[in-house]
Amino acid sequence: MTKTGHSATYEEVQKLHPLYFNIVRRRFWWFAISLLIIIPGIISLFLQGLNLGIDYTGGTMLDITFNKAVTQTAISDTMKSVGLEGPVQLSNGDTAALIRTEALEEDKRSELLNALETKVGAFDKASLKEDKVGPAMGQELTRNAIYALIIAMGMMIIYITIRFQFVFAISAILALLHDVFVVVGVFSLFRWEIDATFVAAILTIVGYSINDTVIIFDRIRENEPKMRRGDSYEDMVDKSVWQTMRRSVNTVITVLISLFAVFILGGESTRMFSLAMLIGVFCGAYSSIFIASQILVEIKRHMKKKPRSGGKVAQATTK
Amino acid sequence: MRRGNIIKLIVLVLLVAVATGLSIKPLVDPVNGIPLGLDLRGGVHLVLQAEQDKEGNQITNDDIDKAKAIIENRVNDLGVSEPIVQADYGKKRIVVDLAGVTDPDKAVNILKTTAKLTFRDAQGKVLLQGDDLKDAKGGQGQGGQGYVVNLTFSSEGAKKFGDITTQLVGQRLGVYLDEELLTNPTVNTPILNGQAEITGYATLDEAAADAVLMRSGSLPVSLSIAEKRQVGASLGVDSLNKSIHAGIYSLIFIFLFMLIYYRLPGVVADFSLIVYGLIVLWAFWGFKVVLTLPGIAGFILSIGMAVDFNIIIYERVKEEIRAGKSIRAGVESGFSRAFITVIDAHVTTLIAAFTLYLLGSGSVKGFALTLGIGILVSLFTAITFTRQVLRWVVGISPKMKTFWFGVRGDV
Repeated sequence: MTKTGHSATYEEVQKLHPLYFNIVRRRFWWFAISLLIIIPGIISLFLQGLNLGIDYTGGTMLDITFNKAVTQTAISDTMKSVGLEGPVQLSNGDTAALIRTEALEEDKRSELLNALETKVGAFDKASLKEDKVGPAMGQELTRNAIYALIIAMGMMIIYITIRFQFVFAISAILALLHDVFVVVGVFSLFRWEIDATFVAAILTIVGYSINDTVIIFDRIRENEPKMRRGDSYEDMVDKSVWQTMRRSVNTVITVLISLFAVFILGGESTRMFSLAMLIGVFCGAYSSIFIASQILVEIKRHMKKKPRSGGKVAQATTK
Repeated sequence: MRRGNIIKLIVLVLLVAVATGLSIKPLVDPVNGIPLGLDLRGGVHLVLQAEQDKEGNQITNDDIDKAKAIIENRVNDLGVSEPIVQADYGKKRIVVDLAGVTDPDKAVNILKTTAKLTFRDAQGKVLLQGDDLKDAKGGQGQGGQGYVVNLTFSSEGAKKFGDITTQLVGQRLGVYLDEELLTNPTVNTPILNGQAEITGYATLDEAAADAVLMRSGSLPVSLSIAEKRQVGASLGVDSLNKSIHAGIYSLIFIFLFMLIYYRLPGVVADFSLIVYGLIVLWAFWGFKVVLTLPGIAGFILSIGMAVDFNIIIYERVKEEIRAGKSIRAGVESGFSRAFITVIDAHVTTLIAAFTLYLLGSGSVKGFALTLGIGILVSLFTAITFTRQVLRWVVGISPKMKTFWFGVRGDV
């Protein structure tokens, strides 16, 4: 790439941003903040696990809109009368009921719906929503989700190693795991229900977080060969992070706008999905700026303590 | 140069406006437009798992094929438009999607029934099976009383049925559908013409439903419902409207943001976004992507990400201008440099979308597909369209103020 003029110096980059502060030097703060969120999440994961929906556990979920307000006990009692139990959630002025129970055979399901109609009240059949997942299907979904995550991460490590260096890949993957743990941890802490689309949300977050990190790494890759004798790696990374700051912030704003629109207006079915995405995208942007590059700095520092050998290989992969 | 570019831009704006106007109708056409998934128009999604019988006989691919053909027959008899019936040989499953079905409960019952029609003597011994049937039709009983299913046997079946009825004169002949006794008449005279009538139905609907089952034949394996997702029609419409709302608001706010923050290039970005949206929707249409709720969410998300390309480029262009380049040179080098960045970043997202598509279940697959198409189209739009438009815009005047690019003069 030919360039005229001179590329911005570290000082110029600092002056350009009114809110400039040295991100790299404070890296242990960011690590501490992240741990403060992740550790409670992990403890919660061990203690109470995740609130898995019927997509994973198997079961039947009925979303019924009654013609007039109903009570929770009326529905629970009716379920008991046909020999079923499970949580009931009312919403929309107590007219909409979300019923979860074991996976129902067709006969049992009709029995329940008939009982509800006679004992609780008439409901609109055209707005009935039903999900039934057999237990075997749930296990399959969980297994596929884990496979998908592992395969995606493996492919990303390979790609980043080819395009950058292995150290970059490791830093990016650690930042990405950070995001996954934050989202999964928060969902565990608040007992939010996890459905089939949660897997999609996690994988999109993975894609987004890596995307975001790669943009910054791309700048580091560009700036690294331009380092002069005596320049510190920390300063170069800090400069790169700030050079891409506007992009990082603006992109996360536009993506968050999209997600907020879906979260607020998209209706009940996509609410949990967009919530997971909102947390994940925010966290992905944070980890790209504050975690990924700082991990890279730390790894590079430890590598440097040994005799320098691999440090210059980076240039070969740039073009 | 200058006037030419303005004319080109005006023509382009008009072209895009016309293309948008002309696209709306064919894209949202209920018959030939982008197909909507059943979570958006109501319907049932069924995963039917073939169960091994008690003797533990292996389920062969042939069994699955036969079962699939029978299910297809039954679905067609239900009068569902564009039903999807797929066989999964590895997992011994048949996946059925019935979008827009009016009575989902009835459909489910008809599909999962094995429907083995048997004729048995008083001791319960099976004398004849429904395989020898040629046709079955629901209709009104003789003398207008009740409803019946009229059976017509094949020539071989007619002979067998004749023999049986000859033997059983004066005795009862039980007619069973699976283990349910439909009727148990006493045979008065031998029936040799291959016609039989099953009486005792209260409604024509019931008779017709059983006729469908008898006509389509019995499933070679019994099927259980491993997964069922049913969405009422009005709920689907409601979800569709909500998603469209979400999409429109998201677009408006992104438009405003880009306009305020990036000024002139912001206009180009917004304009490119419209073109992006059009191409994506036509791609959905062309590839017959069934649009589902998660799919729409993926599309809306991809709008946010498509803007990213513009943001990366504009930030880069700003840097190049600050480094002392002219706006035009800045746009050119900004584009080439940003392109490397974007490729690396988007390939990683594509990897995620690709794995999701391979391993995800139905709704997740839809999301992955729309996200993947979105990313590819955003690359395409940025390289071809955005780049050219930006070139024309900066070509209008060589003395264009850097202010219009959001670069402050003092830096």
